[in-house]
Amino acid sequence: MEGRDRPYLILFVLPALVFFTAFFLLPMARLVAVGGSGSGGAATYAAIITTPRYFRSLLSSLLLSLLVTGATLLIAGIAGLFLERHRFSGRSLLVAMLTFPLAFPGVVVGFMVIMLAGRQGVIGELTAIATGQKVVFAYSMAGLFTGYLYFSIPRVILTIMAAAEKLDARLEEAARSLGARPWHVVRDVLIPALRPALFSSGAICFATSMGAFGTAFTLATDIEVLPMTIYTEFTLRANIAVAAALSIVLGVITWAGLALARTAAGSTVAASA
Amino acid sequence: MSITAGLTNNYFQGVKSGLTLRWVGEVWRLYRETIFLSMTIAGACLAVDLALGVPAAYVLARRQSRLTRLFEEALVLPVAIPGLATALALILTYGVYREFRTSWVFILVGHVLFTLPFMVRSVLAVLSSIDLRTLEESARSLGARFGQRFIGVVLPNCRGGILAGALMVVTLSIGEFNMTWMLHTPLTRTLPVGLADSYASMRLEIGSAYTIVFFIMIIPLLVAMQLFSRPREQAAAPEPAAEPEP
Repeated sequence: MEGRDRPYLILFVLPALVFFTAFFLLPMARLVAVGGSGSGGAATYAAIITTPRYFRSLLSSLLLSLLVTGATLLIAGIAGLFLERHRFSGRSLLVAMLTFPLAFPGVVVGFMVIMLAGRQGVIGELTAIATGQKVVFAYSMAGLFTGYLYFSIPRVILTIMAAAEKLDARLEEAARSLGARPWHVVRDVLIPALRPALFSSGAICFATSMGAFGTAFTLATDIEVLPMTIYTEFTLRANIAVAAALSIVLGVITWAGLALARTAAGSTVAASA
Repeated sequence: MSITAGLTNNYFQGVKSGLTLRWVGEVWRLYRETIFLSMTIAGACLAVDLALGVPAAYVLARRQSRLTRLFEEALVLPVAIPGLATALALILTYGVYREFRTSWVFILVGHVLFTLPFMVRSVLAVLSSIDLRTLEESARSLGARFGQRFIGVVLPNCRGGILAGALMVVTLSIGEFNMTWMLHTPLTRTLPVGLADSYASMRLEIGSAYTIVFFIMIIPLLVAMQLFSRPREQAAAPEPAAEPEP
């Protein structure tokens, strides 16, 4: 059967293969080439490290993404465990609502942060009443952090919930009956059991934060994160070689993060950032 | 997290109830085209994904070689790599073809790249969970040719995967911003591009009203996706939620 169907199978996979080659592989090869075609040649890639502005932007992107990943894992880990372990009315509605932000474009998330912490935002109004001083942080790193947290938490919560479902509650009971304190149960039983889920969702969280453009576009009026730097280099400065080189670096970082977590977690994770 | 959502939702309702539908009307006047274009692109994107993705998923399910696995991995790359990079690569390669660059098909290409893996994975997941080989063997022993088997046996069996993938593809296409912002031209603006424009240059009320319009479009799709995935989740292990890039 296999042998006779072979021509058909090739015919079936060919359209997707051609499309992918023409519109992804070829353009990506071009991107790599353009990245090395600037006035400095391949040195454009080195310029990312030697030019303080690009390097700072790369660093702040990395730092922000790491912070967001850490905070998300902490908050979503606790919330995910709680949601999986407790049944209460409105729970399924809450879980359903948690998935909504997954489909919101970054610009909408950015706008929500503005509504929350912008000049006319809820926090500003509340603090103006409470202390007489308006607290506005939407357009700073803190605003970006809030936005990234907003779209990262649902992703991680859902993965944690799926993993926590398979946890054996008897292990915890055994640990407790052997005299382990709550913190020890968390450290020695829960975290090791959830490690694959934490790794994979953390990697997705990191990759998404690195590449998030929409949120940064709405909020980052004067903060430089890598996607914004690429955008300004390309559109405002017409510095195409640098933009291409930075994109390649960004792509490699997100891809490597996902690949690393996948091998570390030992299970197949949909590399969907 | 839910506090953030709750706060903003309340804020939105506050804006809406305090004012009138005037701003929604204003959005309709200013940004009508973006809504239609987003729908057109989402529909076209679904059609292309079905035509390319379903047959490809079938081949990937039938042939488990190193080559097919490599292809499967590669297909996910446009999702793993930030949309900004993919868009830049597309512009550098095809930007010189003016006709193509300025038409909405240029955006469509980006959307197909980004959504195709979700369709392929969704169909592939279903195909790998059924005993495709036995089904096809029996159909073949009854004299069914390749085409008959594909239409009569394979497609009906992966209906669930196709539907789930289709919902995902349409939702992602309507919400895609990162790539679209680079690929769009003033005449080819999609809904999220319009949103970004309204946030940057319109009154807060128009931005809010526009966001509400977007929610009205996207939330039914999300609810449908939820309703649809629930019975399946109980039957089989849940797949990792597929995530778009904000």
